[in-house]
Amino acid sequence: MVPEECTYTKEHEWVYHEGGVVVIGISEYAATELGDIVYIELPESGSNIKQMDPIGTIEAVKTVAELFSPVSGEIIEVNEAIIEHPEIVNRDPFEEGWFIKIKMTDPGELDNLFSFEEYSEFLGEQED
Amino acid sequence: MALKTPLYDSHVERDGRIVEFAGYLMPVTFEGIVAEHETVRTKVGLFDVSHMGEIFITGPGAVDFADYAVTNSVARLDEGQICYTVCCNEKGHVLDDLLVYRFSDERVLFVVNAVNVEKIFEHLLSIAPDGLKIRDLTSGIGQIAVQGPAARDLLVSDPFFSRLAAGIKELEYYRFFTFEHEGAEILLSRTGYTGELGYEIYLPAKMAKQVWDGLLDGGGECGAAPIGLGARDTLRFEPGYCLYGHELDEDTSPLEAGLSWVVKLGKDDFVGREALAGEKEEKPARKLIGIEVTGKGIPRQGFAVHHDGETVGKVTSGTFSPTLKKPLAMALVKRAVPKKAEGITIDIRGRAASAVRTPLPFYKGSVND
Repeated sequence: MVPEECTYTKEHEWVYHEGGVVVIGISEYAATELGDIVYIELPESGSNIKQMDPIGTIEAVKTVAELFSPVSGEIIEVNEAIIEHPEIVNRDPFEEGWFIKIKMTDPGELDNLFSFEEYSEFLGEQED
Repeated sequence: MALKTPLYDSHVERDGRIVEFAGYLMPVTFEGIVAEHETVRTKVGLFDVSHMGEIFITGPGAVDFADYAVTNSVARLDEGQICYTVCCNEKGHVLDDLLVYRFSDERVLFVVNAVNVEKIFEHLLSIAPDGLKIRDLTSGIGQIAVQGPAARDLLVSDPFFSRLAAGIKELEYYRFFTFEHEGAEILLSRTGYTGELGYEIYLPAKMAKQVWDGLLDGGGECGAAPIGLGARDTLRFEPGYCLYGHELDEDTSPLEAGLSWVVKLGKDDFVGREALAGEKEEKPARKLIGIEVTGKGIPRQGFAVHHDGETVGKVTSGTFSPTLKKPLAMALVKRAVPKKAEGITIDIRGRAASAVRTPLPFYKGSVND
């Protein structure tokens, strides 16, 4: 996934949309902020979720973060590789380190997300 | 406003990620907690521990007073020897855990936690007899910890310390010596908080950066790297060392926290003795145990520990152990929890994660090498 082609949540998730399916991961900023990720929990694929439902737990050495779904729909795939090797997310948050794929029921939910430019601006404000 | 240690500029130059800790701006990580952890376990790492407090007690009776103020025996120390101990209140609860350095009968150094410097300083003043000088010299002293299997090699090959090579090689665990440099006293002790072979250097604040940069920039062959507070915590956790505010606080006795070995009830009177003797007689209500989470999730401080459906205590420290690669916890639990406890669970955000008791320490390093 190319960072410029994704949209973003305030919780530093990236969302890549293609043909009614979104791929979700965490931004490089989030991966760096969390530090070494050592444990990841993801839901079962096949489950139906609503926007803002929890869709995962990310534990770093010192902190824990919850992942919430930016969209409603059906989970069609989860990335088993990052459960086995959580460090992939630190190394490659946009490609190998994706988390989950969801078949959306309401594509309109994407409208509230940041564009890449808006997210970059948002990050700038965070650092001030 | 947050204080800066004498090494602050070096941390910024080396891209340390700075956070406020105990009133100081300190590096929490440089390269990443896991990488730094491994550096200390396999090579050598340098820690800025200048935030630690140095309280000097000087004058006739300094050793006797120190012996009265802490639970371990300062009277039994040789000159040039150190002990780990706790300082308790009359209830036998822990005000701080600290190192006591005995220079002579009339000069003793307490090295206390940054968060507790003022509390311990005031406490000592309140119980000290007239005629003793008690001074908090923290702000003028820099402290550097050199920790890891290559710690000795790094020091003896360093231009600043190589003239002391013979003394460094002979220095035994929990012993120290001092030397002069440009008219100032520098102290080197064989101590640390990582479970590995290591030394701690106490020196005038204004000399600290030069020595720190020298060790790091000249220490390439030994693989020396700066280590932040994040790895300092995981490194102390694996060998089961207590951290004030986690395993120890004013609601906890040293007997509960597994520190009965630093409570010398047979020595002369000391603050908290009566309470601790009574507690020992009746057996402490709680004990510190090691736990491995076999279920999902990582245990963190404050999480409830259950056994047979009953809440029996709480996690005091927990993390994913970088060396052992599993989620581990220290926990203070009711004394009745059996040694071979099965059916332990830890409440990880509302879900019961299965766990088993595992002996402390989790890890033994090169500390005695």
